[in-house]
This record gives sequence, C-alpha cells and structure tokens, in this order.
Amino acid sequence: MKARVHVMLKNGVLDPQGAAIQHALGSLGFTGVEAVRQGKVIELDLADGTSESTIVQMCEKLLANTVIESYKIEVL
Amino acid sequence: MRAAVVVFPGSNCDRDMAVALKAAGADVQMVWHKDAALPERLDLVAIPGGFSFGDYLRCGAIAAQSPICQAVVAHVHRGGYALGVCNGFQVLTETRLLPGALMRNSGLKFIGKTIGVNVTTTESGFTCGYAKGDELQLPVAHHDGNYTTDAETLAKLQGEDRIAFTYSDNPNGSLADIAGVLSENRRVLGMMPHPERAVDAGHGGTDGQALFRGLLGQLTQA
Repeated sequence: MKARVHVMLKNGVLDPQGAAIQHALGSLGFTGVEAVRQGKVIELDLADGTSESTIVQMCEKLLANTVIESYKIEVL
Repeated sequence: MRAAVVVFPGSNCDRDMAVALKAAGADVQMVWHKDAALPERLDLVAIPGGFSFGDYLRCGAIAAQSPICQAVVAHVHRGGYALGVCNGFQVLTETRLLPGALMRNSGLKFIGKTIGVNVTTTESGFTCGYAKGDELQLPVAHHDGNYTTDAETLAKLQGEDRIAFTYSDNPNGSLADIAGVLSENRRVLGMMPHPERAVDAGHGGTDGQALFRGLLGQLTQA
C-alpha cells in the first residue's frame, strides 16, 4: 500500500518561501495571485495493512513539526 | 566541569565547540550520534552547529531522532545542562527541549556575518558572565534561523525572562528579534549566533568567551 502525506505550514505561520513565489508569479505577469503557501508531499510505500494510526505516529514523531506544521494523510 | 560535544554526520562546529569549552577549562569528550549513552557524571552536553543529516526533511529533525538525542533528553530531565548552537538550537527545538521552531530566514538567503547580539538576561549559567544589555559581536551562519512560536509561548518566554539573547538588527525575521532562548529550568540554552567562534582574538573576537567561562564558574561551584 501507499500513503501520501501532505505537510503544510499552519495557518497564521508566515511562509517566506510562499511569499517569494507569489512575488515571482507577479513578476511573470500573473495577476490576481492573492497568496501562496508552500508545503511538501511525502510518499510512503508501506507494508499492506499498516494502520492509519501508525502513519499518524510517523507524522507526529518525524514527518511534521507540529509546532509550525499541519499534515494530512492520504491512503492511496 | 565535564562536557560532551555531540557529533552528527554533517556537524561542522563540533571541534570549535570543543576548543571553546577546553579553553574555558572544561574536560571535553566527543560523542558520536549512534552512541546510546553520554559519558557518566556529565555536567553539560553541547550540540554544535552544522548541517546534521544534510538538513533533510527539516533542520535538526533527523538528528533529534538519533540514539544520542534520547540520552540528551534524559540528561536534561535529570537536571543536566545543555547548549545548542545554530543547528544545535534547531535540534533542541525538534526534541521539544526548547519551545518554538526555526524557519527559513525571511530574506530566504543564507546569512554569514558578524552581527550585534544583546544579552537580555543574566539569570542563567550561560549568561551570568555578561551584564544585562551588553551588545556582543558574534558570528551568525545560517539559512534557517527565523525563530517562531505562538503568542502564548512568546508571552511566557518574556514573562519568565527566558529570552537570553536578541539581535540588535534582526537579520532573519525572528519573532521579537529572538536570537536565543532558555528552558524553564534555565539549564538549556539554544542560540543561533556562534559564541564558540568568538573565543580567540585571532579568530573573530572574544565576545563568546564569557559564556563558556560563566558556565564553567557556575558548574564548578555546584
């Protein structure tokens, strides 16, 4: 089985990289880009039957820093 | 004082840290990240700067899961002292021994220069060798030094006088100009500037000396 973990900065945490991307899109002439947030996607190849609670633990312990990041698990 | 310096793959200030501690009079041992235990009767563990594990995932995140970090956490829970500089500060926040997190610099660039750092409290073993309000000249060298935490934690840090150092001219977007913070028991310090690179007149000044000497004074008395 596969799972995909999306890690994003929490709302309210300033994202300097997202702001730089927004600025660059503006420079390229794209108008109306009101905000950009950058995150990361982590794909996991897992043994069949790995429980979602195990994936939650992976996120809590390592994949996300829950002080500043939130995560979303997608089992594929 | 017995001190240990943790070495991760990618650490690059470990020997500077050892030299700074030895110059202040400490007995220093290097400890490899795969070791499961710290030396016995240890007073201080120092986590040096560098790019542990290539800064993969997040700065300090992989290092914080290494066997030696379990021992560092146990050492701190026993009341031991810990100093994390630069990547070491990132590791200490990732282990949750210190609150908050260090994000990418607001200007998105790596910053390597000597800058003004203010001593905000003298109420700790690390800062007792300075006077409150002293402005030190210390090198910074980081890409992810933008300290952040929630409003409640910031209020707590301020209320408990746990902000050890602030920047005179904030280089990285850090919340409240924070350059270094102390733990609740004031025995764990994390800071982005490098005091260990400022302990020799021939190498970038001597403003870092008082940190190591103060610590040694405090721990030798105890």
